[in-house]
Amino acid sequence: MIRSLPSSKRYRYGFTLFIILYFIFLFAPLVVTMILAFNDSMYPALPWQGFTLDWFFGKGPTKYGIFHDQTNLRSLFTSFKVAFSVMIVSTFLGTCAAFLFEQENFRFKGALYFLMIAPLVIPGVILGISILMFSNTIGLFIEDHLNIYVKFLGPGFPLVVLGQSSFISTIVALVVSARLKKFDRTLEEAAYNLGANKAEVLWFITLKYLRPSIIGGAAMAFLMSFENFNTTIFLVGSQATLPINMYMQVRDGSTPVINAISFLLILGTSIFAVINLSKGNKKIL
Amino acid sequence: MMKNRQHIKWGFLFFFLPVVLWLFLLIVLPHLELLRLSFTKANTGKLTLDNYLAFFREPIYWLTFVRTAGYSILVTFLVMVISLPVSFYISKMVRGRMTGALMILILVPFWVSELIRVYGWMILLRESGILNHFLVTLGFFKEPVEMLYNDITMIMGLVYTSMLFMVVPVIGVMDDLDNSIIEAAYDLGASKIAIWRTIIIPHCASGLVNGGIIVFMLVLGSYLTPNLMGGKNSLWFTEQIYNQIILYFNWNQGAAFGFLLLALSSLIIWVLLKLTKQNLKEVVKK
Repeated sequence: MIRSLPSSKRYRYGFTLFIILYFIFLFAPLVVTMILAFNDSMYPALPWQGFTLDWFFGKGPTKYGIFHDQTNLRSLFTSFKVAFSVMIVSTFLGTCAAFLFEQENFRFKGALYFLMIAPLVIPGVILGISILMFSNTIGLFIEDHLNIYVKFLGPGFPLVVLGQSSFISTIVALVVSARLKKFDRTLEEAAYNLGANKAEVLWFITLKYLRPSIIGGAAMAFLMSFENFNTTIFLVGSQATLPINMYMQVRDGSTPVINAISFLLILGTSIFAVINLSKGNKKIL
Repeated sequence: MMKNRQHIKWGFLFFFLPVVLWLFLLIVLPHLELLRLSFTKANTGKLTLDNYLAFFREPIYWLTFVRTAGYSILVTFLVMVISLPVSFYISKMVRGRMTGALMILILVPFWVSELIRVYGWMILLRESGILNHFLVTLGFFKEPVEMLYNDITMIMGLVYTSMLFMVVPVIGVMDDLDNSIIEAAYDLGASKIAIWRTIIIPHCASGLVNGGIIVFMLVLGSYLTPNLMGGKNSLWFTEQIYNQIILYFNWNQGAAFGFLLLALSSLIIWVLLKLTKQNLKEVVKK
């Protein structure tokens, strides 16, 4: 059973075998995707045709590597732009929410808190369509009554950022709240007694204390935005983000350039994950 | 004193306003609009029940709905069954340092986007895929077999993509289980099955429910995995929503579908919470 109890060899080996199989199951698709990024073939499949870096650096005309693939590069850039904006918006909103719910008291606090955590249990598809419909209705209303066409209310960059922030802010709020809860408020009182004003206390004492969780939350926000598909698909205009663009290519069949992108993303997120986890930020939601 | 009070109020508004704007403009009002559109006729704004009636009249719609709900429950159950022994191994059977290493190994694939993980399965399983290549080369199969685009593969994919949301909370509660209770049961002669049934599983119930809520919601609302691994026959309800809105441009019908999906996920989550006497706040905080 557990470490301290004796158990039969068969039981122990059987269990270990199960775990090994589980980890193979976990990693097989990732490892295979990464290896095939280096196969000198036009298809992401075996047989092995030899090692190549063409799917990274190829300049064409038959093989366009990721660094010369304009469509994919453009969507990668779009994704970075979106993720950066979402990170700013949701870190601000999430931190405000953490302060509001941890340190303030007001009427309907419970109801508002419930609204804040609701996005976690609303499917992303629903968030996407409801925001699309709402902004479309406002856009039509403004057009009908004021005769102005408001571009940013149609699908496109601003709507993607708002749509993703609608639930990513909640996640930042939870991460920051968890640390704010442990904050010793006598530190604030001490600072007030020493003559600091509210803004100074907030900046020099509380926010300084919260810094690791705000950075952690922001990093999480960036990554979640970068990988989001379900909400984005309904809000995206002509500028596709990387997951949307990759989805089209995966669905319709593509060269191993997708493997090269995946290779870079898996490597990037793994490094990111290990750094984040080794810093003790074990909370994943 | 007066001045100080004024300060506090400004501070409160500084936090309050952005949060209220966020929650009303991006959550409450859009969902009210979704509800309103689902009850109106396209282009006229007249109230109607047609969008919901169409759902019940067309068997393909409600069958897809029932199928999606059933499969989501099945996936949630499978994920629970697999997560228990995995969590047990990591939490109770290996030594300290190994636990940390395995924990990181288990979390890393979670950070990689769903699309890439699904793509990995596609190149493994498709007709020209890696698995077929080996099975044919080694002589197990005469010809490659298409292993993608069926329900079993789709379910496996959904289990794979949502597994970590169960393993993490279950390891969390498993860590709190006092080893001496298991030792006591063992010393008193309890069998392994009895220990699992009467000690470990009841102790992990809260973690299983918390994970279950997240997994169920993710699976029910997932689009990529059923669409790419289930192929044309995947018939997942999110695809119906996508079709109505993007392909047919019938937003009112899409809104009704969206609302039905939302109602279903809320209902199941509510039932799970009631059954275990928890509320949403506690679940989210873990």
